[in-house]
Amino acid sequence: MPTATAAGSAGTRNSRNNMKKLMEKLGIENIDELFEDIPEEIRIDGIDIPPGKEEIEVEREIVSILKKNKSFEDMPSFLGGGIKPHYVPPAVRHIVSRSEFYTSYTPYQPEFSQGMLQSMFEYQSVICELTGMDVANISMYDAATALGEAARMSKRVSRKDVFIVPKNISWEKKSVLANYAKNAGIKVEEIPYDREGRADISALEKYGNGEVAGIYLENPNFFGIIEDRIDEINEMKEKTGAMVVMGVDPLLLSVVKPPSEYGADIVIGDGWMGNPMNFGGSRLGIFSCRKEHIRQMPGRIIGATVDKNGKRAFCMTLQTREQHIRRGKATSNICSNEALCAIAFVSYVAIMGRDGLRSVAIKNMENAKYVASKLSSIGFETPFSRNFFNEFVAIPPVDAEALNEKLLKNGIHGALMLGQHFPELRNGLLYGVTEIHTKETIDRMVEMTREAINDV
Amino acid sequence: MYRMANYDEPLLNEIEERKARHVEIKISDKIRREKLNLPSLSERDVVKHFIHLSQMNYGVDTGIYPLGSCTMKYNPKLLEEVARSDKVEHIHPRQDETTVQGSLEIMHNLEEALCKITGMDAFSLQPIAGAHGEFTGMLIVRAYHESNGEERKEVIVPDSAHGTNPASARMAGFEVVEIPSKDGRVDIDALRSALSKNTAAFMLTNPNTLGIFEKDILEISKEVRKVGALLYYDGANLNAIMGKARPGDMGFDIVHLNLHKTFATPHGGGGPGAGPVGVKAELEKFLPVPRVVKEGETYHFDYSSRHSIGKVSNFYGNFPVLLKAYAYILMKGSDGLKEATERAVLNSNYLMSKVVGKHYTLPFGGSRMHEFVVSAKNLKEMGIRALDVAKRLLDYGLHPPTIYFPLIVEEAMMIEPTESESMDTLDKYAEIMNIIAEEDAELVRNAPSNAPIGRVDEALAARNPVLKWGDF
Repeated sequence: MPTATAAGSAGTRNSRNNMKKLMEKLGIENIDELFEDIPEEIRIDGIDIPPGKEEIEVEREIVSILKKNKSFEDMPSFLGGGIKPHYVPPAVRHIVSRSEFYTSYTPYQPEFSQGMLQSMFEYQSVICELTGMDVANISMYDAATALGEAARMSKRVSRKDVFIVPKNISWEKKSVLANYAKNAGIKVEEIPYDREGRADISALEKYGNGEVAGIYLENPNFFGIIEDRIDEINEMKEKTGAMVVMGVDPLLLSVVKPPSEYGADIVIGDGWMGNPMNFGGSRLGIFSCRKEHIRQMPGRIIGATVDKNGKRAFCMTLQTREQHIRRGKATSNICSNEALCAIAFVSYVAIMGRDGLRSVAIKNMENAKYVASKLSSIGFETPFSRNFFNEFVAIPPVDAEALNEKLLKNGIHGALMLGQHFPELRNGLLYGVTEIHTKETIDRMVEMTREAINDV
Repeated sequence: MYRMANYDEPLLNEIEERKARHVEIKISDKIRREKLNLPSLSERDVVKHFIHLSQMNYGVDTGIYPLGSCTMKYNPKLLEEVARSDKVEHIHPRQDETTVQGSLEIMHNLEEALCKITGMDAFSLQPIAGAHGEFTGMLIVRAYHESNGEERKEVIVPDSAHGTNPASARMAGFEVVEIPSKDGRVDIDALRSALSKNTAAFMLTNPNTLGIFEKDILEISKEVRKVGALLYYDGANLNAIMGKARPGDMGFDIVHLNLHKTFATPHGGGGPGAGPVGVKAELEKFLPVPRVVKEGETYHFDYSSRHSIGKVSNFYGNFPVLLKAYAYILMKGSDGLKEATERAVLNSNYLMSKVVGKHYTLPFGGSRMHEFVVSAKNLKEMGIRALDVAKRLLDYGLHPPTIYFPLIVEEAMMIEPTESESMDTLDKYAEIMNIIAEEDAELVRNAPSNAPIGRVDEALAARNPVLKWGDF
């Protein structure tokens, strides 16, 4: 059998021959003649890393390193905390694997980028339908940076400095928000959560009208609880005059009223649809808002227009907000974003269809409820509202850490321990359950949990 | 000649629907959603739709894509293959450390390789894109000065800088001082007079956006150091110097890299990318948390640095992009990366020798590295602008260069062929550019006529925003 030739070495050999020809044409003998502007004292010759490897060696090496990971297939997990495993239909992967999409750049030349531009326009349309907002950008880096940008946008619109978040959002979001806020003169303040685990809206009463730039709420929130206080939020918004920023799971929005009906001015979220967990990376940040604030919005926006013959066409638009035009005065510095993840998102929605999305949403809710009731039956407490989506907090009758260790030994990854960041829930576990968890997997986890409780 | 497909592709909401199933939603009336206006299509129709759209899109796999400063090199297919694994995709970011040793090892090895390539001492892989790396770098600049009890307010950038530089500095709360260039390089006198005890950092791309190496870099770094400011390296153009010189040796304190440029990970139509940030040892303690550390044979996340700026993104960066860049580095190795740079600079100089002439002039003297910027101002008297040349290139099935940047060159066309293109391709590209300059001006102004659509009315799009299908 012939050995595989690598892009590395075979490509390199060709390249050397061609380089000679090019150098002759340019009349240079030594390639270093092209690098003479580099001061001699800092010139180097090569890099202190191993020489190039054959393609097949690289593949083997990477596969052998990655083997040390345990994936969801190796070890079912019940982790939540913003990211959860979901099924990605093969057709989605097929679509984003089209290299005309994935090897393209930002669509600066619309006549040669209609495919990407139309897909992006469709993504914006789908986001607007789900959130009830008028306009969506083509993506932020992730949900946490979307929150940072939303706080900055709230300040630009309102010209106020205080931005309020519930105590129970993820610690990662708090840290990222602090970095986006502090140098923009934004003061981030927290409100507690109530006995149901929901943001305590009544704590906002101490703020007078016009004091607050924006208030961040989540649906579902970090504890998984579905927001149903539509009138209360609208009332609070009127009293404070603040912008309302809603962080959402887009799947939930297929079955509950859109945030536009409870006062949201900006809707953000983790755009997981069609995108695998990826160790938390390559996930898009949803960002959408009402049209009156569009000039203050960060990020790329695609618009429909016509070509010179009057045919429908798409292009990037409202670019005077952006860094390549406005430089230091731009609404954000964002340039590269998560465009391909947006294509995955819109193709996921298209393939699932409205009924498919709703079925998945219901399945998530039912599976989570099933896990919660099973856990209750073996002595877990659920301290908060039972009105949750696909995550919930449960407190085991034994030490949570010891329980998780035991499960891990038996090939199951337990739920997220909350104690480090929520000392008041020091034995609390945050369970994430989706359509991907089968009844068998759930029952196995519950059975092992029951055994572990008896052992611990 | 390449011809792009041309469909009158309907929007998703205009495609004929299949019958949707009824799904009962057992949620209280108060919050239950009644209307969900999303399409309900067969998989067959959805796939056809997106395949048609992909055929109306140009990528590196289609042909030369010489956007200046974007380094649109070929993306080896192995990179896609290694990222397509459940050991990458189905890994939760909150998993127990013992179950993600593979990911941590990749990150650790990548950080080490990037240190060697750039001459820096430590890297964070958390920033998601180049501009995000700049923002992270600026937060580190601020933390550094604050730890010295100083509140420095200004960041200096040259007028040839990428737009993200001033935007990132502003986002981190700095005032931006722009200095003029002289003969296409940093004007040392202008820099000297701009520098003061109030200067927090000087941001520089080297080679700069004109493709010119800042040969006074050692003097520049001395001047910056003299006032106690930091020197920041915008790594967009690292492809010009790999294995030839290192920003760390030039006196840069902080660098960001664009893995989706120099390290061959695909751009995805605008992302996901990755913008790792590297620093010198004295700044390491300010890097975002968590850091990846190796103890014995195991890897850990370390959150312990009290001085850290905290987090800049949700988790650890765009892991699949990091993995692809690591695969690229392994594949190329010491010799291959150097050769990529040599070939990129050679290709650029070769193409420049064929393009520059009576139609396209080269502003500023001296040599160029991996990219060059020509001015199309000579064509103006025939009524042709850089934009027209760009649109006419589409008719020949070629992707145009970056146009109207950098701002300091009139009718700028910024060309970066990368190491991936053959001599034949470069010859053809130059030939077509020169043919266009001599074509009937009316024809060029009306281009493209061989693309899926004619020239797009971008002014109408801005004047009358239609931003979703409900807006029609």
